Amino acid sequence: MNTTSLFSREVMTLSKTGIIYGINGPVIYLKGNTGFEMSEMVYVGKERLVGEVIALDKDRTTIQVYEETSGLRPGEEVIATGDAVSVILAPGILNNIFDGIERPLEKISETGGAFITKGVSVDNLDKTKKWKTHFTIKEGDYVNGGDIFAEVPETRAIVHKCMIPPHLHGTVVSVKEDGAYTIEEPLIVIDPGTGRTVEIPMAQKWPIRTPRPVSRRFSASVPLITGQRIIDTMFPIAKGGTAAIPGGFGTGKTMTQHQIAKWSDADIIIYIGCGERGNEMTQVLEEFGELTDPRTGNPLMDRTTLIANTSNMPVAAREASIYTGLTLAEYYRDMGYDVAIMADSTSRWAEALRELSGRLEEMPAEEGFPAYLASRLSAFYERAGMMQNLNGTKGSVSIIGAVSPQGGDFSEPVTQNTKRFVRCFWGLDKSLAYARHFPAIHWLTSYSEYLQDLSHWYQDNVSPKFVDYRNRLMALLNQESSLLEIVKLIGSDVLPDDQKLILEIARVIRLGFLQQNAFHKDDTCVSMEKQFLMMDTILYLYKQARALVTMGHPMSVLKSEPIFERVISIKYDVPNDRLEMFAQYRRDIDTFYQNVLEKNA
Amino acid sequence: MPIEYLGLSSINGPLIVLEGVQDAFFDEIVEFVINGTERRIGRIIELYEDKAVIQVFEGSEGMSLRNTHTRLTGHPMEIALSKEMLGRTFNGIGQPIDDLGPIPSRLKRDVNGLPLNPVKREYPRNYIRTGISAIDGLTTLIRGQKLPIFSGNGLPHDQLAAQIVKQASLGEESGEEFAIVFAAMGVKHDVADFFRRTFEESGVADHVAMFLNLANDPVVERLITPKVALTVAEYLAFEQNMHILVILTDMTSFAEAMREVSSSKGEIPSRKGFPGYLYSELASLYERAGIVSGVEGSVTQIPILTMPNDDITHPIPDLTGYITEGQIVLDRNLNGQSIYPPISVLPSLSRLMKDGIGEGYTREDHQDLANQLFSAYAKVGDARNLASVIGEDELSPIDKEYLAFGKEFEEKYIGQGMEENRTIEETLDLGWELLGRLPREELDRVNTKILDKYYHPTKRDEGVTTSASPGSIANK
Repeated sequence: MNTTSLFSREVMTLSKTGIIYGINGPVIYLKGNTGFEMSEMVYVGKERLVGEVIALDKDRTTIQVYEETSGLRPGEEVIATGDAVSVILAPGILNNIFDGIERPLEKISETGGAFITKGVSVDNLDKTKKWKTHFTIKEGDYVNGGDIFAEVPETRAIVHKCMIPPHLHGTVVSVKEDGAYTIEEPLIVIDPGTGRTVEIPMAQKWPIRTPRPVSRRFSASVPLITGQRIIDTMFPIAKGGTAAIPGGFGTGKTMTQHQIAKWSDADIIIYIGCGERGNEMTQVLEEFGELTDPRTGNPLMDRTTLIANTSNMPVAAREASIYTGLTLAEYYRDMGYDVAIMADSTSRWAEALRELSGRLEEMPAEEGFPAYLASRLSAFYERAGMMQNLNGTKGSVSIIGAVSPQGGDFSEPVTQNTKRFVRCFWGLDKSLAYARHFPAIHWLTSYSEYLQDLSHWYQDNVSPKFVDYRNRLMALLNQESSLLEIVKLIGSDVLPDDQKLILEIARVIRLGFLQQNAFHKDDTCVSMEKQFLMMDTILYLYKQARALVTMGHPMSVLKSEPIFERVISIKYDVPNDRLEMFAQYRRDIDTFYQNVLEKNA
Repeated sequence: MPIEYLGLSSINGPLIVLEGVQDAFFDEIVEFVINGTERRIGRIIELYEDKAVIQVFEGSEGMSLRNTHTRLTGHPMEIALSKEMLGRTFNGIGQPIDDLGPIPSRLKRDVNGLPLNPVKREYPRNYIRTGISAIDGLTTLIRGQKLPIFSGNGLPHDQLAAQIVKQASLGEESGEEFAIVFAAMGVKHDVADFFRRTFEESGVADHVAMFLNLANDPVVERLITPKVALTVAEYLAFEQNMHILVILTDMTSFAEAMREVSSSKGEIPSRKGFPGYLYSELASLYERAGIVSGVEGSVTQIPILTMPNDDITHPIPDLTGYITEGQIVLDRNLNGQSIYPPISVLPSLSRLMKDGIGEGYTREDHQDLANQLFSAYAKVGDARNLASVIGEDELSPIDKEYLAFGKEFEEKYIGQGMEENRTIEETLDLGWELLGRLPREELDRVNTKILDKYYHPTKRDEGVTTSASPGSIANK
């Protein structure tokens, strides 16, 4: 195994070449049968721009270029690398920011300054840094593909597990001593029984469009806890699940993704900024560097990797960035970690497909999108899942994809096709966002198919009553929505008191439970236990108030008591570590009950 | 040394095809000489072996297949840069049109710019005081932000932009250098003149570089105008350490020029005939705003676009909203009620606001106050809808209070004079004064401590009656 060729942009041996014939934006054409392979990575022109072969026929080879093509001339040379577009997998991925084809932006800025220039040649990962390595195998062991042979503390939070590449197996011939090694030094030698031994370094290379193999898939059974009430309680996502967040601009897609990236109980976060704003990536970098993970106390960046292809970076690399992120995620899943991918936004990726498809003059389907949009989306989301890895560990990749529908209209092709392949749909609503109700996830349009799968977990780990309570809240909200239809026509004064109570309780649920303040230190992330107790208090209030209304006490008397406002501000008034305070609220509700009885006797 | 080619192979609208070219490169600029006298420039947009498709910036009128000489310049579209550009006026491709001679500079830059590396960006946090309550209080403009104005034909977006320029730039007491880069794409002569006059009257004309592509100027030229302007802005900001405010008007003309060129190239259209790369193209402009870490200067963008038929879901405002950091939306109904500036606050938004306000920037209560005003004003819309069905008399007392609040909010808070320059304290205090008209238990977005400190119930003026105009807010 030739380990040096992993990193260098030099092409070692006599490789195939072609001559540029036509240039149209990021798409270039080569004349004749070049012998290139499909999806092969190529270097284009004198500046050695990175590109990928996307179509081949007898007299023409079509290549998409991941960098700006201005300045390129017909007649310049294109060199094949012999490999599909791949990423390097080794320690150093975490706490880092890459562009769409895994080039570290930090390193690019060291060589190129504040702006990203063309044809920059940097190593994907630092190959001079020595990592402290502890071997977990010994000579004579028989290893299979995926087996862990060494452990490297990559960041304070994460131990990186070096694995045998999936297609290799054999007897370990030699193992180095524990110590500090770079990512490309050969660490162990195995004998696959073919007569030639293979040296294995920490780093391995993997083509981004090929899913990494696993043993088998588990069904969803454990929720990805995000600390966000509307998600955890109302529309939960499972570890290894898929969710879509569609919403027009300004409805809070990015905010929701940031909140999940910050507070979810995944081990690793891969944040893909695909065709979004540069300032947002900067914000994530700054903020995540300062914030600490509530579970481990380490900086959040220690478990995070950012893939940034901002909207002004070349469009072909935008298409690749999603796959780059996925491959990194699968690699950490193989180590037995729970990985969550934030893809913001998949619409930009779909638009990159459309743009390239347009340049290739393919027959468009709906709204100019190529006909293969649905199959690409499904292939993307199907790479998520809770898996048994080749080495026997259990890990998961969860995908949370933002969708930016054109005009905020959910009937457009990307939202519709995404809906077919995700099981969790968090629909963001413009009118909620206008009223600054955040998270603006609308409870009537959203759904989660994981609710059934996860109900056992909730019953065992939170409370047996949890699912029942959740359904009761949903029922109240649904009743509110039909009552509001009537209120819209005739006003709320004419409603009977029991219906007025439903409106009032639904208001408490909306303001006190669904609305969550991302900038409040306690409210930004809430434990499952507190979420349950909040539900419990609201429903207890409802029960007592309903008893009063049934006895004939008017709502105006009930509302003159401050208890409703008290319950709404529980989210601010009860710190996350003082849940015993909920007992006081129960007593307050009882006092309220007595007060109304006495006052109105 | 450079070869001149005589004649062309074909002409189709602004696109011409030249065969037999040697050593041309993609995106190269070419020069034409027509009939030995008139000079024009164009850009290579497609290249097949020795056949180049060239886009002529000034349009192809008067060119024939025989009368044109073509010369390759050997460089992409470039512009000479210098601090001397301030106070000057240029055409849409950056050539001086004020008879003051060429720009004396050897420094030339590719107008396409390069993407700014996210790790070298600095997250914008300093707010710019515009003196306009609806902006300062509710959609605060941050230095380094891109905040477009979504407007419609006949709405006072130009006046608003001019007021922002006047009050934001002159309000600074610090010694920092500021300048304005103004790019007009396909705007009417009057509009360009209005801006020129405003800059002169407010005494900032020496700090303005104007790039004018007027409505009767060639359409293709428009595609390059914002790029030229932003190249100058980046140079002044990141190399001359100045704070630059860029005004781009009107982005709708820019996008329509793209559609025109795209269709003459025979490309597959996506939405409403616009090319599939409209998003990327808009993004490559809007993303050229921000702050580079370690550099004093900043580029703040205020693009103006007129929404065709006031439709915010039209591809141009829609894609813009996905790229920019918020938007200021103007509303025809408010304008009809003679409220200036007619900013529709509910769909307006500033994404960077949350990090640039509050303690240490403006005042501790700013965020809560803004949230509460938004939420209260959203309820006004509901109350008005209800009133339009059942009549105002039938409304519950609290809904009536909301109607009164809404009217006052629109008149006093949103509405202000074209010359009125409010301080941030005035804006915030006015907000509390208005909230004082609502009962305290309605204020559910404000932290209890802040409420204790700032909330004072106001007695209702006898004169104000609840006469709302139903349906004046396009809320639903």
